[in-house]
Amino acid sequence: MAHAHQLQILRGLVKFKSVTQKIWGVLILLSIITTVEVVLGIYKPESLMMKFVGMKVLNWIFIILTLAKAYYITWDFMHMRDEKANLRRMVIWTTVFLICYLLFILLQEGGYIESVYSSSYIRRDF
Amino acid sequence: MDTTVVTGKEGKVWGGGESPLNVSYGKMMMWFFIVSDALTFSGFLAAYGFSRFKFIGSWPIADEVFTHVPFLHGQEHPMIYVAFMTFVLIMSSVTMVLAVDAGHHLNKAKVTLYMLLTIFGGLIFVGSQAWEWATFIKGDHGAVQTKGGNILQFGEYQTIDGKEVFKRLAIKDFAATIPHERVQLDRKSGVWFMSEGSIPSYTIEEVTKGLEAHPNVLVRTEQLNEHGHKTVLSREESINQLKNNGKIVVEGANLHVNEYGTSLFANFFFFITGFHGFHVFSGVVINIIIFFNVILGTYEKRKSYEMVEKVGLYWHFVDLVWVFVFTFFYLV
Repeated sequence: MAHAHQLQILRGLVKFKSVTQKIWGVLILLSIITTVEVVLGIYKPESLMMKFVGMKVLNWIFIILTLAKAYYITWDFMHMRDEKANLRRMVIWTTVFLICYLLFILLQEGGYIESVYSSSYIRRDF
Repeated sequence: MDTTVVTGKEGKVWGGGESPLNVSYGKMMMWFFIVSDALTFSGFLAAYGFSRFKFIGSWPIADEVFTHVPFLHGQEHPMIYVAFMTFVLIMSSVTMVLAVDAGHHLNKAKVTLYMLLTIFGGLIFVGSQAWEWATFIKGDHGAVQTKGGNILQFGEYQTIDGKEVFKRLAIKDFAATIPHERVQLDRKSGVWFMSEGSIPSYTIEEVTKGLEAHPNVLVRTEQLNEHGHKTVLSREESINQLKNNGKIVVEGANLHVNEYGTSLFANFFFFITGFHGFHVFSGVVINIIIFFNVILGTYEKRKSYEMVEKVGLYWHFVDLVWVFVFTFFYLV
């Protein structure tokens, strides 16, 4: 296990002295993100309810924060930061591409069926 | 013969005899497994998204469904318990990385301690999920399903802090009692292949009579209005809707019907959190096996704790999936 551990997160903004310290640092970061999510989820501020590209701003915030959390779990807890670039691309690019493809197709189709329900002669209100 | 075997020692990474990705076979295969499992989970979550987009105007509001916290009966605290579960899982991920790190330093005592803490975290999480399921299956308000498969819920307007708000009422709060002799059909009392699930505590007639007797009770439909709230019918509409379309009384949730909304909602809840819970459970079992191996000194003798690293990857993956399940089931 002669991996060199990289000890900085947030593009070098925060640097840690040891691996253990970095783990606690990442835990604090993840806890802050989760707390923000929970607080927003409980209070649901009215100002974040307007739509942006087909979805509420609040939901966009949730999804972006989730992706940020996923990044830190993979990069620091699963040590992706210390792996070779080839392994990282093999795993990440494949997954991200396939998930985006699947999401696009299924959500598009779901939206279409909704439009059929709401604009065609199909009654569902009984 | 000039077909000599070249061992790749001429300085080429991909020439053989080396591990070009600088990881062992086992670790790389764990990564590949994680990729395929991630795609399985994203398939489920994408299917959830599909159904949700399909019923975008009537999907249940998670904040109204998951409001319970153990030991706090009758109070509504959306998000609190599931936030606790998330912290538990993240915390157990942290102890897992600490175990992996201690393994790099060949520190057996610390690996043992951190593995044990990880297992405890996993058990608390699985237990919480079981509790969450039990509460979800039991339900606490009850509802009526219509002929068209829609759900009608009940409630009344109350004035709290000078504001008029709609408060849910449980069926048992207002339903009348009509003596009747409806017996649950068991396999032992009819034909051997015929039976039915448990009968709801109230019949549709009792609910209708109770609604007519209580002038404050109103029906709430699944449809979301322009403010994102469920539509509350007027008194007259409420009685008409229940009389004309009401079909069966629903209490709690099962795979056919649930009191929260479209049946797909409960199906996806059971399937996705169940599949995730199964992953957590198997993760705990694997962790326990590795824990005993650590105690027995298996990795001490090997001078390598890489096995801890591999189960660590799996354990973090389970945490990673939960982050997404949390967002798409409870937040969005």
